[in-house]
Amino acid sequence: MSAPVRYSYAGTGYSPGDLSGYAPEFLLRLYREMLRIRRIEERIEARYHEDQMKSPIHLVIGQEAISVGACSALAREDAIYLSHRTHGNYLAKGGDLKAMMSELYCRKNGCAGSVGGSMHLFDVDAGVAGSSAIVAGSVPIAVGHALAAQQRGTGQVVGVFFGDAGVEEGVFWESLNFAVLHQLPVLFFCENNFYSVCSPLTVRQPEGVEIHRKATAFGANTMLVDGTNVLRVHGAVRSAVAAARAGRGPQFLELQAYRWRGHGGAGDDSKSGYRSTDEAAQWRQYCPVAGFGDLLRAQGLLDPDLHENMESGIAAEIDAAFEHAINSPDPDPEEITRFVYSP
Amino acid sequence: MPWSEAFLRSQAAPAAPTAAGERVISYTHALAEALALALEIDPRVFVLGQGVNDPVGMFGLTTGLAARFGARRVFDTPLSEDAMTGICTGAAMQGQRPVLLHNRPDFLLLTFSQLVNHAAKVHYMDRGRHRVPMVVWAAIGRGWGSGPQHSQAIHGLLLSVPGLKLVLPGTPHDAKGLMLAAIADNNPVVILEHRWLMKASAAVPEGIYRVPIGKGVYRRRGSDLSIVGTSHTLHLALRALDSAACAGISADVIDLRTVKPLDEDIILESVARTGRLLVVDPGWSLGGVCAEVGCLVAERGFDLLRAPIRRVGLPDAPAPAGFALEQAYYPNEVTLAAAIRGLCG
Ligand SMILES: Cc1ncc(C[n+]2csc(CCOP(=O)(O)OP(=O)(O)O)c2C)c(N)n1
Repeated sequence: MSAPVRYSYAGTGYSPGDLSGYAPEFLLRLYREMLRIRRIEERIEARYHEDQMKSPIHLVIGQEAISVGACSALAREDAIYLSHRTHGNYLAKGGDLKAMMSELYCRKNGCAGSVGGSMHLFDVDAGVAGSSAIVAGSVPIAVGHALAAQQRGTGQVVGVFFGDAGVEEGVFWESLNFAVLHQLPVLFFCENNFYSVCSPLTVRQPEGVEIHRKATAFGANTMLVDGTNVLRVHGAVRSAVAAARAGRGPQFLELQAYRWRGHGGAGDDSKSGYRSTDEAAQWRQYCPVAGFGDLLRAQGLLDPDLHENMESGIAAEIDAAFEHAINSPDPDPEEITRFVYSP
Repeated sequence: MPWSEAFLRSQAAPAAPTAAGERVISYTHALAEALALALEIDPRVFVLGQGVNDPVGMFGLTTGLAARFGARRVFDTPLSEDAMTGICTGAAMQGQRPVLLHNRPDFLLLTFSQLVNHAAKVHYMDRGRHRVPMVVWAAIGRGWGSGPQHSQAIHGLLLSVPGLKLVLPGTPHDAKGLMLAAIADNNPVVILEHRWLMKASAAVPEGIYRVPIGKGVYRRRGSDLSIVGTSHTLHLALRALDSAACAGISADVIDLRTVKPLDEDIILESVARTGRLLVVDPGWSLGGVCAEVGCLVAERGFDLLRAPIRRVGLPDAPAPAGFALEQAYYPNEVTLAAAIRGLCG
């Protein structure tokens, strides 16, 4: 028995008007970055069954436009914090791919030296300041980072990514309240993919009470954004960044997109019955990557050669990153007791 | 009532004899001085908590601080204990040095996600890229109806969490010196004061000094047994020792001051001389400081023992609110004297 279609795509797809005002190089960069994340995720998925990546994975396929649209509107000096679904946001902000793959392969040279795993990707130099495998766990930490930025006048803005279930945690609202109270430069990115593991939003939050409206009631500036359209995301985040940097306080963005794969691990688990296979199929028609590629092609900005170029460049990078990770040494057992305390 | 000045003074630790010229100030004053000094010397320090700028000023610890250092460095918070802990963690990761004050340790139970899952682990999980120099402070309550949810000494629950440091000062001197040490420490440090010690007065040096975290101290030297413990319960044990019931018994009395990291050396060194161990602590005996110290000696000092280890903490029950029950619940001079005599008998 298949579940009913509960969540239909409510956007308008990509349209030529979305492109106006953007330089072609920038548009191609957005496209390439989404394609890169997609291909990395597909490669991870394809090799997951080998059981060499002994780490849980939470694939972001279907949600790439959020990562790329948001991070392309942030400066390198700006910081982001991640949830358990880390890969896309880490990569889009400039996180090192080799260090990520080594972490997934539990190697010594993983970004967290193999103590973190895939749910704890970070790259401080790229502004990926931290992440948490506790739902909404990194939200107050991001707010604290923004408090420090305000206290020191660094001009930094801080973004924090979390899912629709993140707003079911008390600490999320506590943090939002404090951020609004102190008008902190924080961007709350709620990636609403309608599911928490196999539980649909309808069994977790009252129907008709939209997430972004709850945040509005807390005094944040809020936006509802089509999270499958990289330019809509980029535009919304760019204006949110400008507002936060100008001292206008926290900005909350609800970004709707669909997780094409299961909650964790490889493959789509829709057949298990918790969500409709038709629902997943419907959303796949609004692929953030292919849809944008089609638009760029239709506008004459992307031709087959260029595309092929991108694909081969990305494949070579992925090959190298996997090879690097697979051939890297395991960590030493002494690592277990290092860094428990700071000197 | 127990929060009255007169009552707290009567319960407070007897002032140690002071040398001529030593300055005697109250416990709270010593803590207030520590906070003011820390704010003065380090612009990264800020102090926050529920009611820090209200007329009570967190038992008097923060009175006048906001006027002196500004509302950006000393500020009141929403009743959002978990988020405030995470916010302090995030700020500390960027190099700030927050001091988060709570009225009671009971409220820390709402912060375990940020304290245990995050603050304690950030440095470990990101391989030293960030440090979390933050202080979380609270005052253990007791009596006058404080009851099950306002008198919990929860340090035993935190004892097994890697990455945290746990401090239980027992004198005004140590309260100030440990607060300054905690603020200077690059790790999350939880300080649990005891409300009944906070009206004690004793000699406290002026200016900055730091009591090392992780070091216990002898309060007395003796030969018949080692009394090892912390905070208010150790003061009760000292009184018991001085009472007629313990006449003729001489004890080593060790104030641990820090229970994580634990000063194992001082405990074993003392037991090596006395052969008897009584552990006392304001928390529950089961699985807490009493249990851990007892286990340490059983494991590493078994051959030194001439009698079974005894512990005097709280029974495996929540603290009752009512007066009569509370009298029976907490250890007192009489029950501690009985424990001491029992061990030496
Ligand atoms: C505090 C907490 N509760 C439960 C979990 C188990 N868990 C991990 S991910 C997840 C789903 C969260 O859904 P959402 O926040 O919407 O993010 P998504 O997985 O959809 O990206 C759950 C329940 C957890 N990690 N942390």
